[in-house]
Amino acid sequence: MSVATLPWWAAVPVAVLLVIGGLITLVGTLGLLRLKTFYQRIHGPAIAISLGAGCILVASMVYFTAAQSRLVVHELLIGAFLLMTAPVVAMLLMRAALYRDLRARRAAGLDDNGGDCGERESTPGLSDEGIPLGQPAAGQLHAEADEQRADAAGGGGR
Amino acid sequence: MTTTTLLSAAVYFALGCVVLGMVLCALRLAVGPTAQDRVLALDTLWMCTMLLALLLGIAHGSLVYFEAALLIALLGFVSTIALAKFLMRGEVIE
Repeated sequence: MSVATLPWWAAVPVAVLLVIGGLITLVGTLGLLRLKTFYQRIHGPAIAISLGAGCILVASMVYFTAAQSRLVVHELLIGAFLLMTAPVVAMLLMRAALYRDLRARRAAGLDDNGGDCGERESTPGLSDEGIPLGQPAAGQLHAEADEQRADAAGGGGR
Repeated sequence: MTTTTLLSAAVYFALGCVVLGMVLCALRLAVGPTAQDRVLALDTLWMCTMLLALLLGIAHGSLVYFEAALLIALLGFVSTIALAKFLMRGEVIE
C-alpha cells in the first residue's frame, strides 16, 4: 500500500469522506441483513449504498485530483451510471417480488385475508401478461367486488 | 507524513467496512428465504465489489482500478436486470 502524500487541505476531506462512505455502506448492508421483510430490506441497498458509493466516488475524485495535480473527474461516469441504474434495479426487483408474492398468495387461495396491497388494481395487468388466473381466485375477486358494491349501495341509501 | 498516515488509516477503515459489508451480503445470500432476497443480496455484493475496487485504487494510487470498477458496475447492472426479469417471467430471452 502506497498512499500518496497530499497537502492537509486535500487529505482531511478525503479521509472524512472515506470514513463516512465506509460507514454508510456498512449500515446499508447491515440493514439488508437485519430487516424483517423483503420490502423493508430493499431500502438498505437502494438508498444507503448509493450514498456510500457517492461519498467514496467524491473521495476518489478529490484524492486523484490532488495527487496528480490535474483535474481527474472520470469517477463522474460511475456516479452518473449508479444514479441512473440504482432506481431501475430497485423498481424491477420490487415489481418482481410483488408479482411473485401475489402469484404465491393466489395459488394458496389466500386472497381474502385482508392484506389489501393493490391486488384489484394490478389484476388486469397480470392477466394481460398471459398468466392464467386461477378460477377460485377470480371467483373470490368477483365476490369481493359484489361485497363492495353492496356496501356502496348501503352507504348511498343511508 | 502525518497526512499519509491519516489517509492510509482512513483507506484501511473504509476497506474493512466494505469487506464486512460484503460478508453481511454473503450471509443474506446464503440465508435469504426467497429468491428475490438472494438477487438483492447479489446486487449489493456487486456494488460492494465496485467500491472495493475504487478503494484499492486509492490505496495503491493507481487509476487502472477505475476501469475495473466501471466494468464491475456495468456487469452488475446487466446481471441484476437479467435475474429480475427471470424472477418475473421465468425466462430471460423470449
